[in-house]
Amino acid sequence: MTVVVNMSRRDVVKGVVGMTALVLGFHVGSRNLPSAIAATATTFEANVYLAIDETGLVTIVAHRSEMGTGIRTGLPMVLADELEADWSRVKIIQAQGDPKFGDQNTDGSRSMRQFYEPMRVAGASARQMLEAAAAHMWGVDANDCRARNHMIVHVPTGRQLPFGAVVKAAATLQVPPADHLELRLKPASERRYIGKSIPIVDLNDIVRGKAKYGIDVVLPGMKYASVERCSVYGGRVLTFDATDALKVPGVEHVVAIPPTPIPSGFYPLGGIAVIAANTWAAQQGRQKLKITWDFGPNAKHDSSAYRAQLEATARQPGHIVRNQGNVDEALVSAARRISADYFVPYYAHAPMEPPNAAANVVGDKCEIWAPTQFPQAARTTVAEALGLRYEDVTVNVTLLGGAFGRKSKPDYVVEAALLSRQVGAPVMVTWTREDEIQHGYYHAICAQHLEAGLAPDGRASGWLHRTVFPAIESTFQPNVAYGSAGELQQGVTDMPYAIGNVRCENGPAANHVRIGWYRSVYNIPHAFAVCSFADELAHASGKDPVEYLRQLLGDSRKLDFAAMGVDYPNYGASLDVYPVDTGRLCGVLDLVVRNSEWGGPLPPGQGRGVAVHRSFLTYVAAIVHVAVAQDGQVTIPRVDVALDCGLVVNPDRVRAQFEGAVIMGISNTLYSNISIKEGRVEQGNFDDYLVARTDITPETYVHMVESDAAPGGVGEPGVPPIAPAICNAIFAATGKRVRALPIDPAQLKSA
Amino acid sequence: MPQIRINGLQRDVAADPQMPLLWVIRDVLGMPGTKFGCGIGACGVCTVHMDGNAVRSCITTLADAVGHEIVTIEGLSTDGAHPVQRAWEAGNVPQCGYCQPGQIMQAAALLAQTPKPTEQQIIDAMSGNICRCGTYLRIRAAIKSVVETKE
Repeated sequence: MTVVVNMSRRDVVKGVVGMTALVLGFHVGSRNLPSAIAATATTFEANVYLAIDETGLVTIVAHRSEMGTGIRTGLPMVLADELEADWSRVKIIQAQGDPKFGDQNTDGSRSMRQFYEPMRVAGASARQMLEAAAAHMWGVDANDCRARNHMIVHVPTGRQLPFGAVVKAAATLQVPPADHLELRLKPASERRYIGKSIPIVDLNDIVRGKAKYGIDVVLPGMKYASVERCSVYGGRVLTFDATDALKVPGVEHVVAIPPTPIPSGFYPLGGIAVIAANTWAAQQGRQKLKITWDFGPNAKHDSSAYRAQLEATARQPGHIVRNQGNVDEALVSAARRISADYFVPYYAHAPMEPPNAAANVVGDKCEIWAPTQFPQAARTTVAEALGLRYEDVTVNVTLLGGAFGRKSKPDYVVEAALLSRQVGAPVMVTWTREDEIQHGYYHAICAQHLEAGLAPDGRASGWLHRTVFPAIESTFQPNVAYGSAGELQQGVTDMPYAIGNVRCENGPAANHVRIGWYRSVYNIPHAFAVCSFADELAHASGKDPVEYLRQLLGDSRKLDFAAMGVDYPNYGASLDVYPVDTGRLCGVLDLVVRNSEWGGPLPPGQGRGVAVHRSFLTYVAAIVHVAVAQDGQVTIPRVDVALDCGLVVNPDRVRAQFEGAVIMGISNTLYSNISIKEGRVEQGNFDDYLVARTDITPETYVHMVESDAAPGGVGEPGVPPIAPAICNAIFAATGKRVRALPIDPAQLKSA
Repeated sequence: MPQIRINGLQRDVAADPQMPLLWVIRDVLGMPGTKFGCGIGACGVCTVHMDGNAVRSCITTLADAVGHEIVTIEGLSTDGAHPVQRAWEAGNVPQCGYCQPGQIMQAAALLAQTPKPTEQQIIDAMSGNICRCGTYLRIRAAIKSVVETKE
């Protein structure tokens, strides 16, 4: 049975929840089948994402960047499913940065939810064109022709033609434009790949050491660069002496990269580049540079003093960003009034592959090879920085050896382009680990103050939440002191508890370093505070934390932001398609409770903690089991995570993302910390910027809600509930409440 | 000119004897499977075998490597059929994959020297290898599956 969907172009656009950026590059059907394709064409280019040649080889373009989520496999799976292609005859190629593919900014856990429908449409429209072509060849009604696993079948007679045999006809046939094509999208019962665990397409290359990341690019005549940058954000070179650097064997050039006035946005920080015949020589030469610096306006930045400022601000009223009822009255009249302050530090991304890029500038053209999450921005920024036309810049996207938001920013790509032009040769810029840790776009440091009023039965009657952090926009614009609606939606304005009197406020913070997106972004501090505070209220009321959470979440309902007067961007998605549904929060809570050992007996010094949080349109609950030793060291025997991300396309990769999110959540909670003195980051490498290793890794169980709801995010939403669940477990184990990350084991020592 | 034996071949290396083996392998010999992660031996993504031992090539100089048998991920097997590589595939271990050559080389050395490692021996051997994607659980499961397959 086939469902007939009349999908006009407008519906296609609506189907992808109004992402206007998509309209720009979204072409399906014959609109993009120019008559220029001659009758001898041996390739059927059905749309920008898909080509089929006469051998039947299906080539699918992966236009989102692969940094480990499996999207380079997942989106092509969706297309191949609708196309009825045989996965073993599908080849994946990576798109260059080009608006014709639609949005390529691979962040915000948006790839599947934005492109699930477009990929289906791309596959289905091509399938129907192949069916029409076969019908034409057979002289039969196209409605009697159906694609089945790389063949077109004439249903009444059972005749078959392989895809490759109808390619020529499909490429030349007049087919109705996509606007008028009656698209038949496959029903769920006929899904071939969606919902099945399919290994990532790069698996084989990865385990053989053949997968190509940005850092592996080699161009003929390529030089290797290492760049010394000012240790303080906003500083610049006063003088430099390259004499000794140039004496290092292999060093060929020493050139300056001009500083960018702060806020420097996507542009390079500037500095002195040593360019050599190999990476080692460049790094050696760099150590011989003599540079005098003007450290600029941030030379006094001290993260400890700054923390105290943020905390002081959080104790004062701020801009009101959500307000229901009368919180002040509720707090004053409450039987009990509880308050707590929470703190989360700066973090660095620390992807295992540090930032790097290769560029080749020849005349007024520039070609880039880079591990970038945001190839179109890389292209735009390179074109602007070099004064080139956009069409004269080509950005080739490699595999990314991790990214976590760092590689959304193309500053390192621009460095390579500037240096290639200066030395007249292809140049690879490779950041050292120290460069990456000390010149990052840091996760925002954040101080929060929460207060609640409790009725005698423990029910919360009032909720006050103040958050203070440097905004990401402050990396791009001067004088930005407050968070955006998009930042405050991440765990502040979408607080889901059924409390009558709620006020959320945001206080101002000055910017002293580059602030950037870091996997799950402002959900990290906000979920930490909100989910910890819920646990504090449960204990203050003498209630089981799960029971108390159920009561807080209340009856199943969808948050009505319009009624609340809240500007809620909902991660760029429609609230009709993706409401904030407390029923789904309860659903994941129930699922994780059922599957974990919540409530089971534990020895002294051990405990379990729970947290539930929605982010990037996905609902996640976590239960963490910790053990705290007498010396305060925390171990984590087990973590259970339940998630509802709507439709799951590749279950094993979803599972993998949530397993990995547990590890990143543990890093954030137990280990990682960027501190700054006199404007300089105090950490430099993995010996002092600590991240989780295998020894802390818990047994992890991922439980998925089966759902046909529209797909939500997967890469990020697993991170936010981990920190509060760990800290809530520590409280259960020790009676000690952790309100600042990373955890200081000294604080947890037994008396 | 220094000579090293790498993946079964004797190679002349026109490079400073103090150059870390990592950059010799990557930039001079053109084998990119061995990755750069930290430069101080703290993350393990550059792990290769020297006489069968897992070493960090970023803190092993070319001079240190002369006279020893070096094996990189490219030389671990001719066709990716090393039991550790097969276990990594069967367990769908990698996410971004960048650290995995180092993880695989570390695990292969462990299993060559300790064919039936305990859980604690696995943890001890693998704790020097960072995976920022967080594939540790699957790495450990894959190592255990190699042991089980052998039995």
